[in-house]
Amino acid sequence: MESRGTVGRVDRKILVVEDLKTHFKLPAGMVKAVDGVSFDLKQGQTLGVVGESGSGKTVLSRTIMRLTLGNNVHTSGRVSFEDRDILSLSNKEMQKIWGLEMAMVFQDPMTSLNPVVKIGRQVTEHVRKHLNVSKSEAKATALQLLKGVRIPEAEARFNAYPHQLSGGMRQRVSIAIALACGPKILFADEPTTALDVTVQHQILNLLNLQQQERHMAMILVTHDLGVVAGRTNDIAVMYAGKIVEKAPTWMLFSRVQHPYTEALLRSIPRTNQKNHTRLSAIAGRPPDLINPPQGCKFSPRCPYAQDKCREEEPTLQAAQSDEHQFACWYPVGTPENKEAFEKNLAAQLPQTLAFAEGKVVDESVIDNAVALSGGGS
Amino acid sequence: MAGTGKAHLRDRAETLVRVEDLVMEFPAPGGKKVHAVSGISLDVAEGETLGIVGESGCGKSTTAKAMIQLPPPTSGSVEFDGTDITKLSPEELRQMRTDLQIIFQDPISSLNPRRKVGEVVAEPLRVWGPSDKNEQRVKVDTMLDAVGIDPDVARDKRAHEFSGGQCQRISIARALVLEPRVIICDEPVSALDVSVQAQILNLLEDLKAKYNLTLVFIAHDLAVVKNISDRVAVMYLGKLCEVSESNELYANPAHPYTSLLLGSSPEPDPLATINLEVVEEADLPSPINPPSGCRFRTRCPRATELCERVEPQIQKVTDNHYVACHFPLVEVEDLDETAVSALPQHEGK
Repeated sequence: MESRGTVGRVDRKILVVEDLKTHFKLPAGMVKAVDGVSFDLKQGQTLGVVGESGSGKTVLSRTIMRLTLGNNVHTSGRVSFEDRDILSLSNKEMQKIWGLEMAMVFQDPMTSLNPVVKIGRQVTEHVRKHLNVSKSEAKATALQLLKGVRIPEAEARFNAYPHQLSGGMRQRVSIAIALACGPKILFADEPTTALDVTVQHQILNLLNLQQQERHMAMILVTHDLGVVAGRTNDIAVMYAGKIVEKAPTWMLFSRVQHPYTEALLRSIPRTNQKNHTRLSAIAGRPPDLINPPQGCKFSPRCPYAQDKCREEEPTLQAAQSDEHQFACWYPVGTPENKEAFEKNLAAQLPQTLAFAEGKVVDESVIDNAVALSGGGS
Repeated sequence: MAGTGKAHLRDRAETLVRVEDLVMEFPAPGGKKVHAVSGISLDVAEGETLGIVGESGCGKSTTAKAMIQLPPPTSGSVEFDGTDITKLSPEELRQMRTDLQIIFQDPISSLNPRRKVGEVVAEPLRVWGPSDKNEQRVKVDTMLDAVGIDPDVARDKRAHEFSGGQCQRISIARALVLEPRVIICDEPVSALDVSVQAQILNLLEDLKAKYNLTLVFIAHDLAVVKNISDRVAVMYLGKLCEVSESNELYANPAHPYTSLLLGSSPEPDPLATINLEVVEEADLPSPINPPSGCRFRTRCPRATELCERVEPQIQKVTDNHYVACHFPLVEVEDLDETAVSALPQHEGK
């Protein structure tokens, strides 16, 4: 209860991302997976990146880490990591950064670990390559790391293969590998999605603990607002390749501004609600990233959308405080928002009914509306 | 003692499905057995939604599938509407299947990719009639419409042209087309995005009311299970820990395992208390060689020597709340006779 995330020390910015775009060229057109994302991250801070599948959250973290996404990728913008322009570095220069300064924990430890190599070697290999130490020193370091991620009987497990470990244990091994060279920033891409709730809880605690002990920056990518709620300093909500709202965690939950964030929060069932509570649903589905709707990308599904939203795309602007940014013409809680809601409710817009009453709306209704208005494919 | 008791079972007159002493074992290498489900008893009243929660490997899906004989259990009985369906001949069971349907976790792989959606939904009708094509078509259209899919658009398309949420709706339409009485929902929203999940949960609630369905809903997400269920059963390693009316279960968990699950469930609330102490992984016992006595004892903070020796029996907490634990977290009305008689001279508290 006492400490959640790292608070305290004034730290310098370790990562600055400016207008980052990652587009994939496909025969059908350009997929704008990440489309103009800017944020910065201070040393020792944790940023939660939240979004549904297809929102661009994974591509964002991989672009920042310069992991190969294919040869049909067009990247633009700027990623400055410790005053180095990451996007312009050669692969050779990146090799001095990967693992040593930037590391990543992936979603599925079964596929990110090599199935035919003992886990001890997978950890030492990394240590030896980067830190240039002897075999015995590397082993000692590896054991230390395995103990650090709370693997019981680390000496015995040193010679185990990944398949001999449980899912949670495997994820601990991947975390040990990622932490091996003391990175300054750790990307955790859905690190607990494949795990049971009790194990998820342990792994998130472990990441928190390591992040604080090492005063490391962390980007926690997830689809689950519950995972980031008590564990991050800031949260960025992504929709259709853009950040639609970004704020310190407590502010995001208590003063939500963007309708998408609000809808996400209200569509999640909670254990403190009575059973059979009608959920606010978000009608439709995430947009086609090749031909996204005109105006605000969320407008076809938004319960408050007006003509302006369908025509003109809002940009990220600051709310009362600079720390809280959102991109919406009719932000939640304003009189304009209330008026828009009343108007849409009176007009019986399907997305407004889905949100207000949990009405079940077919996705094609929303898709057709987009097609009629001239957006979409 | 293999079972964990039946104190929680209601009168036969009140229930539609009644499972007693269900055991499901699978062969493992070396002549060993995987004890997937070991003596579960459960009942479901007509029009009720029973939620089953537990971690992966606890036997929740196996239990629910055994209810509809997919595959038939190793032992135990499954009564549906007064008939023990484990004793039916294959043909009698086949006749019974129209009343018992299932929805699977992965909506895309559970639909035949090469068939048109209209055919997929009509498939059960081809077996069970009506044989008249027009009548079939009307039924298919009604069902697609009921799940919120426009039949004129969907009929001639194939599964890949739909999103995951729409495919799940199509599977629900297929399950509904024979007008079943019971639908087993095996993690139907686990593969879906949160925004789509809410639509499917709302839809299931609507359909349940409209067609007077009885649902058995399996999920690992505690909040999802609470939202949809009237009654919730918590399972651990093939055994039942706790059965309760859902609001009561979440407000007053009696079993230490239920409490552990609730404490681990991530709440979308930055002010919710998070226990940051838990870092170590518990030693998970194997279903091939489950622990003696209470199967949860190896992870339980309250476990004593009694838990190792004597398996707890299900006992009543309140009218609609039952727990199988020697040291429950709430007061229990009637003390468990068998456990007390098995106590040694010194007290196990």
